[in-house]
Amino acid sequence: MAEYRLRTPVTEDQVRKLKVGDLVYLDGIIVTGRDQVHRRALELAAKGEKDKVPVKLEGMALYHCGPIVGKVDGEWKVYGFGPTTSARMESVEADFIKEFGVRLIIGKGGLFERTTQGMREYGAAYLAYPGGVSVLATSAVKRVVEVHWLDLGVPEAMWVVEVENFGPTMVAIDSHGNNLFLDVLNSVRRKAEELKAKL
Amino acid sequence: MTNLRDSIVDGIVRMMREAAFNVPRDVREALVKAYEVEDNPVAKANLDAILRNIDASGRLRMPMCQDTGTPTFFIELGDDFPIRSEVRSVIEEAVRKATVEIPLRPNTVNPWTGENTGDNTGRFVPIVHVDLVPGDQMRVMFLAKGGGSENTSKIYMLSPVLGVKGIKKAVIDAMVDAGPQPCPPIIVGIGVGGSADLAIKLAKKATFRRLNEPNLDPKLAELESELLEMINSLGLGPMGLGGRTYALGVKIEWAHKHPASLPVGISTQCWAFRRAEGIFDRDGSLNLVLPP
Repeated sequence: MAEYRLRTPVTEDQVRKLKVGDLVYLDGIIVTGRDQVHRRALELAAKGEKDKVPVKLEGMALYHCGPIVGKVDGEWKVYGFGPTTSARMESVEADFIKEFGVRLIIGKGGLFERTTQGMREYGAAYLAYPGGVSVLATSAVKRVVEVHWLDLGVPEAMWVVEVENFGPTMVAIDSHGNNLFLDVLNSVRRKAEELKAKL
Repeated sequence: MTNLRDSIVDGIVRMMREAAFNVPRDVREALVKAYEVEDNPVAKANLDAILRNIDASGRLRMPMCQDTGTPTFFIELGDDFPIRSEVRSVIEEAVRKATVEIPLRPNTVNPWTGENTGDNTGRFVPIVHVDLVPGDQMRVMFLAKGGGSENTSKIYMLSPVLGVKGIKKAVIDAMVDAGPQPCPPIIVGIGVGGSADLAIKLAKKATFRRLNEPNLDPKLAELESELLEMINSLGLGPMGLGGRTYALGVKIEWAHKHPASLPVGISTQCWAFRRAEGIFDRDGSLNLVLPP
């Protein structure tokens, strides 16, 4: 189990080094995106209008997060920056990685078979952050750089946020086909069948 | 009337603020215990982060979780309490005020257009359940319910032939299906009987019972312990990454039912249990009910 401190954007080589169980701390820019960002960005990609996505995502860390924000003296201030449930993005995340070249996905609760395959193919990793741990996450926020697609509402907009020493996050899916969440779930499913058979 | 209304609005905002910043004592104690008995290093690290987050939230008075939930109220309204049909508008006003002051994340979205109302109120939101009771007080149970744990709610309409064994199987299935998603360690509320809608409402209300308060019915208390042990033996652990504690408690509530039905509602509550209870006197003053 290794520990890394990475600055975004990251390269494929950096991501391929990460193995499940490693701890990662991040510096630099991370971009939030959840259900509606995925939907809109992939719709634009499907129409051949990828350049209309307002942030260059190549090598970036995409964070499944809908922050709490407020405006103080005309500047955005973040009051909550914990992760949302990644599973909702399972059906689209592999496509998103392929289309936009993001290298790190941060979230909670993990992603599953399709994304694991996509991460292996295109070179990306999933970093798990404990769910609900919002105050600790917020303490790593330096500033909101910009926000796009605010018409989607505060939680669903694309927040471009500068962080310092964001973490620890744990590599739960690496680019070599390993997925800690699926390992646990597979053993849980077996155990559940045993338990039910004994009732 | 104006002062009374203002005082109730302020009282409800106060409840919402306390809930956003402070995990109930019984939940914190259960999390500390889960940390102490854990030997899986990943689980221990997750519990450590949760406990440090809880302390930071209380100390800095910042919402413990960025998903500040859907405001949900269970109200017991006394016949002689001075505000009655106005209760919904008073709560709406409090929610709008709390959203700006705490601040809360705007979480109320039109399902057809995707438009966010921006102030946590909308059609049927906040969610308010009112029961009329004798007396001149108003008891308010407040819950800010996060989306992640609400999404793993379940309703099973079992065949009554399956009985208790069927209920146990349904609970196991619900936990496997929930997996890492509801931000475990969770509290599991189970509503048995009634109808589909009543079972799920009872399940959610059941999670309000303190973790250190077993069911008053000894048989159900035993079933709660058995289910808790069974759920934790699955090995999902904190955050679904393995470990000893997936659930902190199981709470059962029940109602009589139709002979042909056996509804089982399951409500999953994340560790970030934004719960507050208070009693308003007829002059609008609030007495917060603190956990034992």
